[in-house]
Amino acid sequence: MTVSFSGPGLWYATRATGLVSLLLLTATVLLGVLTAGRFATPRWPRFLTVGLHRNVSLLAVVFLILHVGTTVLDSYTSIQLSAAFIPFISGYKRVWVGLGAVALDLLIALIVTSVGRMRLGHRAWRLVHWCGYACWPVAVAHAVGAGTDAHRSWAAVMTIGCLALVAAAAAWRVLQRWPERRVLRLAVMAAAAAAVPAVLGAGGIGW
Amino acid sequence: MSIRLRVNPITCAAHGMCAELLPEVITLDQWGYPILASGPVPRPLASLAKRAAASCPTLALLIEETGHRQR
Amino acid sequence: MVSRQLLPVPAIPPGQPALRRLPRLLAGLRYDRPASLADHERCHGPIPLHRPGRPARPARLIEVVERSGLTGRGGAGFPTGRKMRSVASRRGPAVVIANGAEGEPASGKDRLLLTRLPHLVLDGISLAAQAVGAREAHLVVHRQDGWLRDRLQAAADARYEAGTDPVPIQVTGIPGRYVSSEQTAVAAFLGGGPGKPAFTPPRLDERGLRGRPTLENNVETLAHLALIARYGDGWFRSIGLPSATGSALVTVGGTVGRPGIYEIELGTRIGDVLMLAGGPTEQPQAVLVGGYFGGWMPAEHAWKLPLSQPTLRAAGGAMGAGILIALPVTSCGLAETARVVRYLAEETAGQCGPCVFGLPALADALADLAYHGGRGRALEQIGRLLPVIEGRGACRHPDGATQLVRSALRTFAEDARRHDLRGACYGLRREPLLPVPGDDERDWDWT
Repeated sequence: MTVSFSGPGLWYATRATGLVSLLLLTATVLLGVLTAGRFATPRWPRFLTVGLHRNVSLLAVVFLILHVGTTVLDSYTSIQLSAAFIPFISGYKRVWVGLGAVALDLLIALIVTSVGRMRLGHRAWRLVHWCGYACWPVAVAHAVGAGTDAHRSWAAVMTIGCLALVAAAAAWRVLQRWPERRVLRLAVMAAAAAAVPAVLGAGGIGW
Repeated sequence: MSIRLRVNPITCAAHGMCAELLPEVITLDQWGYPILASGPVPRPLASLAKRAAASCPTLALLIEETGHRQR
Repeated sequence: MVSRQLLPVPAIPPGQPALRRLPRLLAGLRYDRPASLADHERCHGPIPLHRPGRPARPARLIEVVERSGLTGRGGAGFPTGRKMRSVASRRGPAVVIANGAEGEPASGKDRLLLTRLPHLVLDGISLAAQAVGAREAHLVVHRQDGWLRDRLQAAADARYEAGTDPVPIQVTGIPGRYVSSEQTAVAAFLGGGPGKPAFTPPRLDERGLRGRPTLENNVETLAHLALIARYGDGWFRSIGLPSATGSALVTVGGTVGRPGIYEIELGTRIGDVLMLAGGPTEQPQAVLVGGYFGGWMPAEHAWKLPLSQPTLRAAGGAMGAGILIALPVTSCGLAETARVVRYLAEETAGQCGPCVFGLPALADALADLAYHGGRGRALEQIGRLLPVIEGRGACRHPDGATQLVRSALRTFAEDARRHDLRGACYGLRREPLLPVPGDDERDWDWT
């Protein structure tokens, strides 16, 4: 079945769903860090963090399905469906779209193992989840490199905002884990500060 | 067929999520580890108990269906 | 210190069964050297294994053991026949593990068997392996005893090469930690992991070493099995009580004339056992029955109590690994207990929160009670901690400690009240009696 849509409607949908997916994935990562860090206040119990982490990640999947669907159906760029899952085979912006496929594959692995967590056992699940940490930075790189709007100032601000939030959460988590080391504190903060321009610089090639 | 809860004390890391979801059956001791009320879980709380077991970050809370327990 | 009446020294009545129908395990004991295979066979005859060509019914041994009423001599007292039946009924090849790693500092019987009468134990391992269909057999000792491990391995290898044993027995040294001699910890270490207890279910007889059905027994249990296979269940049952058959090795210590290891008929009164060991050299205050997994009893009460698992359980105690320690009136039972609990707190596997946090807190509260005075609050603190600690670990380590403490508070109740209000007593002047390994003797490694 060939469906051919002309006009920019699908293209706008791709960009929009992509952006929303990125925000939702950022929120998922933040909630994941809060879960591991045992964050809780008298009015915000732990199961709320865990529940949101799960639901936001599922919502991100919904938006990603739309993102991939609209991209494939859009006849302006000839990206076939398999390119969404197998990295680096698309003709259009091979590397950057490929990174998106990597992120998507990782996310699928995370979701599948989390749904079957009780049958999988804790150790196997934890291994996959740790590897899944790569999902978010790869997704950001995909957004910066393949995103049509990446060069716009509002998009840049949004991306930097997401990066800053995740960097702050990671720093909080690392410091919480090893609270006594002052040198570690400084190292972490320096790393966080350096990470932001590093990712942007990598994506800047795509700009 | 009722269900019973058990804790694997080795994998339990005192996250305390179970006590948040099922305070009627699970309380925490002074170090954050769960103390389970004895006996089977009351029928109306069974689904919450299953949710508590699924939400344990280390899968230390175990559900035993007493109808099927081997021994 | 509350003074107690001087106990009358009972004369052992003539025809006392305990002294007539023994020794059994210790029959071949030599004092000049370990009993060789030749000595052993001269004393008890060759190992009654089923050989190819003969009508083979190895499962018959399980029936005989079940009828004999033999129970585990490692502390838990589980019926050995039932355990063997369970392992034999599972699918797949089984594994036999002989636990000779005597974790209890106050016990010496396993060491006696392994150094002086090793062939009794090796026979037992072979017979058990054949009965349950095992093709893998292990014997474990503490790895600090490297010379013992080597000597036992040499004896086992010689037997295998001579065709005495159908299955080669692998002798391994395990970490010297207190909990490493717990049965699932032994299986975990042999499987390549750290020597720490595992969560049960599944039990060892279902899924043990490398997932196979595993029969794990104390070496004394297997030594009894070696004799039951030769002389039958009727012989084994001919001494002891109906509910606790046969003989057992006990380690007697404390202020007695001849501390050491004795073989007694189960059901012998504790007082008679102490007399066998030379009798109390000082006026006894209490007896620690069962070692650090057992409990204290006031001397008058313990004196008349028959020594066996069921009678002790009925009296609120436990037989444990057959340890009796006589505490004189000049010692402080609370200080001894505090010292032991501190040792037990340092010997947790570090896996379960209530044990890792609870035992040190218990040790602190006991130290307050015994040495510094609790300012009237130590007893209350201990009372609050005990129910939070017991039953909440993966193994019975925290339970052993709480049981010991409860028995101490019962037996030394009057002393405890005075300690709580006024502080330490004159008992501290005395050298500690209960053995606790020094820091340099301890193994700090798990793997």
